[in-house]
Amino acid sequence: MENKNKSIRAFFSGLVKQQVFIPLAALLILALFNLIMDPSFFKITLGQNSVGDPVLNGYLITILDYGSELAILAIGMTLVTAASGGQDISVGATIAIAGSVILRMLCGGQTTTDTYQTPLIVAFLVAVLASMVAGAFNGALVAYFRIQPMIATLILFTAGRSIAAWVNNNELPIVNVDSFGYFGGYIPGVPIPTPFFIAVICVVVIALVMKFTNLRLYTQAVGINESASRLNGLNPEFIKFISFVILGVCVAVVGLIKVSRLSTINYSVVAKDIEMDAILAVALGGNALGGGKFNIWASILGAYVIQFLTTTLYKLEVQSDALPAYKAVVVIVLVVLSAPIVREKLASISKKMKTKEVA
Amino acid sequence: MKEKSVLEMRGICKSFPGVRALHDVDFTLCEGEIHALMGENGAGKSTLIKVLTGVYEKDEGEIFLKGLDKAAVIRSPQDAQKLGISTVYQEITLCPNLSVAENMYIGRDEQKGVSWKKMNANADKILQTLDIPAKANRQLSNYSIAIQQMVAIARAVDMECKVLILDEPTSSLDEQEVEKLFGLMRDLRAKGVGIIFVTHFLDQVYEVCDKITVLRDGGLVGEYEIADLPRVKLVAKMLGKELDDMSDIKTDTIAYSGDDADTKIFEAEGLQSNAGIKPFDFYIRKGEVNGFTGLLGSGRSECVRAIFGADHVIGGSVKKNGKTIKIKKPIDAMKQGIAYLPEDRKVDGIIGDLSVRDNIILAQQVLKGFLHPYSKAEAQKIAEEYIKMIEIKTASADTPIKSLSGGNQQKVILARWLLTHPEYLILDEPTRGIDVGTKIEIQKLVLKLASEGMSVTFISSETDEMIRTCSRLIVMRDRRVVGELGSDELTQNKIMSTIAGGDNNGK
Repeated sequence: MENKNKSIRAFFSGLVKQQVFIPLAALLILALFNLIMDPSFFKITLGQNSVGDPVLNGYLITILDYGSELAILAIGMTLVTAASGGQDISVGATIAIAGSVILRMLCGGQTTTDTYQTPLIVAFLVAVLASMVAGAFNGALVAYFRIQPMIATLILFTAGRSIAAWVNNNELPIVNVDSFGYFGGYIPGVPIPTPFFIAVICVVVIALVMKFTNLRLYTQAVGINESASRLNGLNPEFIKFISFVILGVCVAVVGLIKVSRLSTINYSVVAKDIEMDAILAVALGGNALGGGKFNIWASILGAYVIQFLTTTLYKLEVQSDALPAYKAVVVIVLVVLSAPIVREKLASISKKMKTKEVA
Repeated sequence: MKEKSVLEMRGICKSFPGVRALHDVDFTLCEGEIHALMGENGAGKSTLIKVLTGVYEKDEGEIFLKGLDKAAVIRSPQDAQKLGISTVYQEITLCPNLSVAENMYIGRDEQKGVSWKKMNANADKILQTLDIPAKANRQLSNYSIAIQQMVAIARAVDMECKVLILDEPTSSLDEQEVEKLFGLMRDLRAKGVGIIFVTHFLDQVYEVCDKITVLRDGGLVGEYEIADLPRVKLVAKMLGKELDDMSDIKTDTIAYSGDDADTKIFEAEGLQSNAGIKPFDFYIRKGEVNGFTGLLGSGRSECVRAIFGADHVIGGSVKKNGKTIKIKKPIDAMKQGIAYLPEDRKVDGIIGDLSVRDNIILAQQVLKGFLHPYSKAEAQKIAEEYIKMIEIKTASADTPIKSLSGGNQQKVILARWLLTHPEYLILDEPTRGIDVGTKIEIQKLVLKLASEGMSVTFISSETDEMIRTCSRLIVMRDRRVVGELGSDELTQNKIMSTIAGGDNNGK
């Protein structure tokens, strides 16, 4: 019995040390909160959408749907954070650009279309290229001109939505093709929202990249000690640069989901404030925002937790204008808890409690 | 207090946790003298200066100043300033975006509410009397480092300082600028200011100073008139080796004896980097251990950094096995089979948060390429092999390297480079700050590697280590190669006199 207790305790103390503990704990707290407030939060029903296809409904499905956008962004944002020690705040604006490029390609300059004017895959690849260029712009400023990431990306943060509008001459092109709606909605016959599958694909891709390349080692080395990395033959500038380009690819994917949801775009609203949620996902994942070691899985989990929080707040009928204030509270708790001073204090308290127990 | 002295420090002691930085140190500075404070790295020079300027509080001892009848109380740099003690540091501590006059008067509370016009006029007057070519109303950053330093001195002079401390003021100046600075120092000496001059350039000490106080390992070695202390003796005092202590401790090592023992693995001609060293020639043979020696700041690290491409190479050519090669970045050198263990382990060596395993495989992994990562099992196997081979004390291969002791961190970095199986291994201060046992292990390892045919360049501040391990020494002074000593010349005596240079009487 005692042994069993001990092993359970060892398991939990091991878990606490794991990086995924923070997002897991946050998830648990949120789940408990909802369970107490209103268990119907967890209800999932099978319904039909307007076209008559079977779809799952429920808050959890919403979380899965919108959290997937964040999860995709969190992948790139984690790499940028780890390599450069800073964050890219231009992702929302770049999503607008990517989305706008897709619409422009699909409509071929018209305001509305019933058929793809360009093959979808070509439109998407051009959007990927566009957001890679945006990422390269940010990355070059950060890596080669040594501008702080937040300042460097402030440029596209400010200008991005105007560029997006300019791509379509300030028109709002509409794509009236059913299959275009699949990416942000449902594939006929599949009741689970497509963004989740896209996120799964992205996660698999990044998992494969990390397995078959040295992306993780190089990024961490550069983030922890740039000078030593250079003396070990790495090119720190290029690694920082490339992390922004990778984030650009993630941004294009989310851009596709975003325009697919509406079949059109609203330049000033699309993906608004999404950069903050993406950064928050990285932080909630327990990754140091100052760069260095990272755990991409914790960030992805963090993304879904953030969406869990947002959805919970919506359920509580918090006005969307007031959402950021509530999120801010979470950020404060998170940042304070992950501050080294607080962690040391907590560690010493738990040590004291342990020694007392022994005594 | 003696009649002519402006400053007397008596029995100064200062400890930091685990380190005794100063122990019972006396220091006397007279009116109108330039007094050199000498010592190797860690001798206690800067601690003494910081005690004097109130940056650190002394544990014991007293400081007397001229004109005060009791011991002075210096608790902060402001206190020191009020008592007439001013410091000009190596790096400029002025504000480059303010005007010269503003820099001279900033932070001096007695200057409240002075008009700009008057301030500029005053500043110009002082600059003129000191013959400093700067205009009061121009922005400081318009001027060279030398002039900025002179402005800092002018500021000190205007504050009626009696004791002026110049902490390595010449390290970023060229020769003419140094001359100008010395001119100013001599002027001030004539005006009766006592100047403490901290530098590692021996030539400069003999050019301007009147007296030398030598510190070593936190203790006072002695105070000497410049005429009584020839260069060789000064170096001996700094290094703690008496001249007749020349026991040659070179052990019999089995030198590499392959057929190709005479081939030059690496050659450099007129190599020069942007780190301020003069162009130098260099070569190393297969299985040879050679070393760069010289005082701190003489340019020995900069030489090997230039070889490895760690600093930006701006001139010269290098050959590997007789073939001309280009080394622009560290990766170029690594591909040529050159490995480099850097001097500053913490800044340039370890990747602190990463595990011992990742730190060991890093360099070899980079050589293998981005698309060919070691599997976790392979990496683990390699790490364990090297942990065992060179006896790295770590809880596991997963432990972050930053939680290891300095000596074991160094062994990890050594393992990292051994794993790349280099033909030519450069070790810059591999034994600094680690315990004696590990030091000897590393020296033995170096000799063993060389006997197996690896060429090694070994740099150490401890001359006996160099004598024990190297068969040839390249001697550096003031950032240029000034000599080369073959195996039969490797004695403390000879090394020190070559380091000191000049003729042995100091004048």
